[in-house]
Amino acid sequence: MTGQNDNGFTRIQCTVNGVPRSLFIDVRKSLLELLRQDLGLTGTKEGCGVGECGACSVLVDEVLVDSCIYLAVWVDGKAIRTVEGEARDGRLSPVQQAYVEEGAVQCGFCTPGFIMASTSFVEKHQGQEVSADQIRKGHAGNLCRCTGYQNILKAVEKSLKP
Amino acid sequence: MAQHNDANKVIGKSVIRTDAVAKVTGRAEYTEDMHRPGMLVAKYFRSTISHGRVTDIDTTAAVQHPGVEAVFTYKDVPQNVFATAGHPFSLDPHHKDIEDRLLLTGNIRCLGDEIAVVVAQDELTARQALQKIKVVCEPYPPLIRPEEIMAEGARQIHQGSPNIIGEHRYRCGEVEQGFAEADHIVEGDFTTAMVQHVHLENHIAHAYMDDMDRIVIVSSTQIPHIVRRIVSEALSFPLSKIRVIKPFIGGGFGNKQDVVVEPMVAFLTLQMSGRPVQINLSREECMLCTRNRHPFFLKVKTGVMQDGTMVARDMDVISLTGAYASHGHAIAAAGGAKQSALYPRTPARFHARTLYANIPTAGAMRAYGSPQILYALECATEDAARKIGMDSVAFRLKNIARQGDINPLSKEKIASCGLAECLEKGREFIDWDRKKREYAHHKTGPVRKGLGVACLAYASGTYPVCVEIAGARIVLNQDGMVHVMVGATEIGQGSDTVVAQMVAETLGIAYDHVRVVQAQDTDVTPFDTGAYASRQAYVVSNAVFRAASELKAKICRHAALMCGSDAADLDIVGGVVIDSKKSARVMALKDLAIDSYYHKERGGQLSAEVSYKTTSNAPVFGCTFVDIDVDIPLCKIKINRIINVHDSGVILNPVQAAGQVHGGTFMGIGAALFEEVLIDRETGYVYNNNLLDYKFPTFMDIPSLHHDFVETFEPTSGYGNKALGEPPVITPPPAIRNALLDATGVHINSLPLSPHVLFTHFTKNGLLKSRGEQHV
Amino acid sequence: MFDLQTYHKAGSVEEAIALLAANPDSRLLAGGTDILIKLRHGKSGFAELIDIHGLAELRSIRKDAEENILIGSGTTFTDIIESKLLQRSIPMLCDAAQSVGGPQIRNMATIGGNICNGVTSADSAPGLFGLNALLQIHGPDGLREVPVAEFYLGPGKVDLRRGDVLVAFKITPENYAGSFGYYYKYAMRDAMDIATIGCAVSLKTAASKVSDYRIAFGVAGPTPIRCPKTEQAVLGRELSAELFDCIAEVVIGDVNPRTSWRAAKDFRLNIIQELAKRATHKALQRALHPAGQKEGETI
Repeated sequence: MTGQNDNGFTRIQCTVNGVPRSLFIDVRKSLLELLRQDLGLTGTKEGCGVGECGACSVLVDEVLVDSCIYLAVWVDGKAIRTVEGEARDGRLSPVQQAYVEEGAVQCGFCTPGFIMASTSFVEKHQGQEVSADQIRKGHAGNLCRCTGYQNILKAVEKSLKP
Repeated sequence: MAQHNDANKVIGKSVIRTDAVAKVTGRAEYTEDMHRPGMLVAKYFRSTISHGRVTDIDTTAAVQHPGVEAVFTYKDVPQNVFATAGHPFSLDPHHKDIEDRLLLTGNIRCLGDEIAVVVAQDELTARQALQKIKVVCEPYPPLIRPEEIMAEGARQIHQGSPNIIGEHRYRCGEVEQGFAEADHIVEGDFTTAMVQHVHLENHIAHAYMDDMDRIVIVSSTQIPHIVRRIVSEALSFPLSKIRVIKPFIGGGFGNKQDVVVEPMVAFLTLQMSGRPVQINLSREECMLCTRNRHPFFLKVKTGVMQDGTMVARDMDVISLTGAYASHGHAIAAAGGAKQSALYPRTPARFHARTLYANIPTAGAMRAYGSPQILYALECATEDAARKIGMDSVAFRLKNIARQGDINPLSKEKIASCGLAECLEKGREFIDWDRKKREYAHHKTGPVRKGLGVACLAYASGTYPVCVEIAGARIVLNQDGMVHVMVGATEIGQGSDTVVAQMVAETLGIAYDHVRVVQAQDTDVTPFDTGAYASRQAYVVSNAVFRAASELKAKICRHAALMCGSDAADLDIVGGVVIDSKKSARVMALKDLAIDSYYHKERGGQLSAEVSYKTTSNAPVFGCTFVDIDVDIPLCKIKINRIINVHDSGVILNPVQAAGQVHGGTFMGIGAALFEEVLIDRETGYVYNNNLLDYKFPTFMDIPSLHHDFVETFEPTSGYGNKALGEPPVITPPPAIRNALLDATGVHINSLPLSPHVLFTHFTKNGLLKSRGEQHV
Repeated sequence: MFDLQTYHKAGSVEEAIALLAANPDSRLLAGGTDILIKLRHGKSGFAELIDIHGLAELRSIRKDAEENILIGSGTTFTDIIESKLLQRSIPMLCDAAQSVGGPQIRNMATIGGNICNGVTSADSAPGLFGLNALLQIHGPDGLREVPVAEFYLGPGKVDLRRGDVLVAFKITPENYAGSFGYYYKYAMRDAMDIATIGCAVSLKTAASKVSDYRIAFGVAGPTPIRCPKTEQAVLGRELSAELFDCIAEVVIGDVNPRTSWRAAKDFRLNIIQELAKRATHKALQRALHPAGQKEGETI
């Protein structure tokens, strides 16, 4: 492994769920691997590794990305939000609470990615009139095999209500 | 059976599932999250042809690759063949699953067959080393189609075993007479595609040794206790020295009712001096090299009277099990039994054969053969109704099972059946009668409209084919709450939640005072064969009801000891022991609990454990109604409205039950319109073992899903409940096919009803001009 | 972990050009939604990367003094969807961007990457063909402009020479001003899918006649294509029902789809004919009712 870096490693600064981090990382790593292997944040899941299922979705500077096809070095200078950071002070986020109440969770493997997709969607559309089709489109990058998406739709509708 | 005190009512309430918070916060631990320091990574070296034999293999360069710890080939593994199906052990030697697997093979029977395995320090190293293995193969002509597999002189895919691995027939009633007297005979040939489970969590397991002679396996499995037995068989290793732990599992749908990677990780940790070794299949491997739904080829003949009575039915079925037997012929057998459960008064005969083929291995998948069989049957039923010009719903109402009917195959009386009410509810929801009239004017032009219906019958377990055993242990904690251990396996379907509801209901305590131990651990949890056959809530209910009743009696006896009253007068309501004769509060459960633990003479840790065999099997029923648009030029079906209505006995938790119905309807729509494992008919090559090319429906492809229930009370279960997990997947495909027929008049008897297939049929039937110059 | 052999982060286009020249086997990495997947699948030729991800100078959508619209190659599909300028001036490109993958992919994938990978199914390509987009390419010898139709040399092959960096797409005013367009994607799923056929139509009308008509397809040949015979046949015609039949008939002569395991040629031809009509119809609706135009409207 060669390049303009320290034997394939490089130092980056970022914040992870609000905490500033300085990390020395292998440039070959994906953001997903950085989170799971280096930071122990195993809430984010891998379902396909190639950006087709959305289970690894996280927010980078508030942008929803598939962390499996996102180089870890790209988060240098950026702020990452993962599912672990969404519940604060012993309380679930409104999106998490809605998922729990609406029965939007079954096996739970797609759930962390969906929570982040919904969080991104809800924060972007707060206070707007949103149709079911917009919700569908806004979550089309996340696959779920258990729920038929029906209760997820209800949970997102609930989270959009002020 | 269960005596319900209203104050204790938890059954039927949509309590929040036990693991919801753990899952939305990312705290739920799945197998991959339980990473062990120093864990080695194993990756399979797989065949790139579908039939042949390895003549030479050279692993020298792979072994020398830096970071590689070991390479094993088919020459290095134990030579005892084993069966992988997640069935209970059978005491009947004639009813055993086919033993045809080795850990690795030099005889290639499908694309991706496992020839060697690399053990390395990390995933990337393992992948690099795989590139350095050199293999020479002698290819054989792939056997893909039934006629070539069964042809005289065809090569045996497993040398020494016939390519037909199972065959059986049944007959109920006077079939020949029925056909002789029938006013009309309707015949059809049907096919169903191979589809895949596509649970979001791929197959994954790791194993290590926690002593010199004990193997611990952590696996994403639906059947931890069966994994323990099969690994023991595969490795000739003592069962009691194998411990299987099942953490949270990211879906299974039957694909993890098979032992897939566990024997290999157990073998590898033995080889690697007990170091932890993990196999984490990639999505591509999981879709190619685990299990699938058996593709079926079916012929159905129906005799029908002008008044709408079905008087005879004949079914002939070929099922392809692929490269290895796995669940094999059990799939066709289980599916075939649904005719007599759904239409018990119609004489019927059934013949099925299951074949090996050089295609990916099929195994258990949600509803286990019934989606294939009932697709053909419910298409055939539709064709019969249309033949005599009778309304599709009325025709079914005339022929379907009713409470009190005797299932002619099982000889059991149907104790509860709400199918007719299901059909009535569905008909009303979809506005059948009005829309039938309205849509009569939408049978021409580029967009046509149609309605469809299909029915199902299913079972609540596997008895009497297999044992139905469930275990429950309940312990009263020092603070008056309880811990519950069950062998039932939570795989996302919500079984832990309904178990907690059952315990709370019977014991008389609050739902949130019941903690069900989530992780299964064969060292600790009571025996149960696992999550399959929609059996869990039904079978476990009998064990849980008895255990909870027993613990309640013990608690009341201890209360009697403490306060000198008669235990028979005591009850528990809302976590408080009461004297039901005097309607008086006796003591809080927590005060009783602390006494039972710490009083120097009386009491002890109050607990109850029950292992119970259920010797009944309640049939369940349901139907789908669908309203569609067919865009002829674009060859696409759009679902305007769809509803599944189910009789699953008492609904334990309406929100969770809805989730099962939505999920099944969704998966049924996937099979109806989108999904198919695409296999090259000449080479056995699989084109689409990834999520881009396997058309798993996205959020945008699925309409709003509706559901309803007809609640019956099933006397053979602990709480009146019956099966629900699998049945919702069965009827959407035939209902959609019947709606397509209604809209266009075109009979399509295959699955999926994809645009390609619609194009072919629309062209053939003149709805589109060939070469695309459509005139509608 | 990605099996990267070399990795260089370029801080500017200039630096990227120098790095490309110095590392002849390397490729540019932008959004990663294509390259990183190929790398993960072990495809050869993707292990040496020069990273231009997130370069600010490549990420903009603007209008210059000559009214040309310039779209930086590093612009993501989400940027395109959200661009007021494009929503107003070339909504067809917003349609195309909307049809790509899902939200995560649209947030990362760039229009430059979509064109540079050279595949016929690129959703942004038919629209750019219809707009006669010019590709601004910076190389060791300076800047050159290449019409998009000439950029595609064959399946997976584009006119990028050693050291070249595609920096922007230029759309001149005569190609978009007063035009109304629509991109219609046909795929097996409504998201996360590759186009079976993609069709872009842009047109102008005057006095109930078609005064300008361009139609381009993805997956109707080895590369994205324009349909000159169809355009010729439509130009100057009255708006009528027969016009659509004419389009469907003539378009067959312009296309050359192939049979693959994904779809058969006959099926693709059928969809091409139907999409030609429907995309034209949609574009006409926009031309006739420009006020009611809504972004990302699906059919």
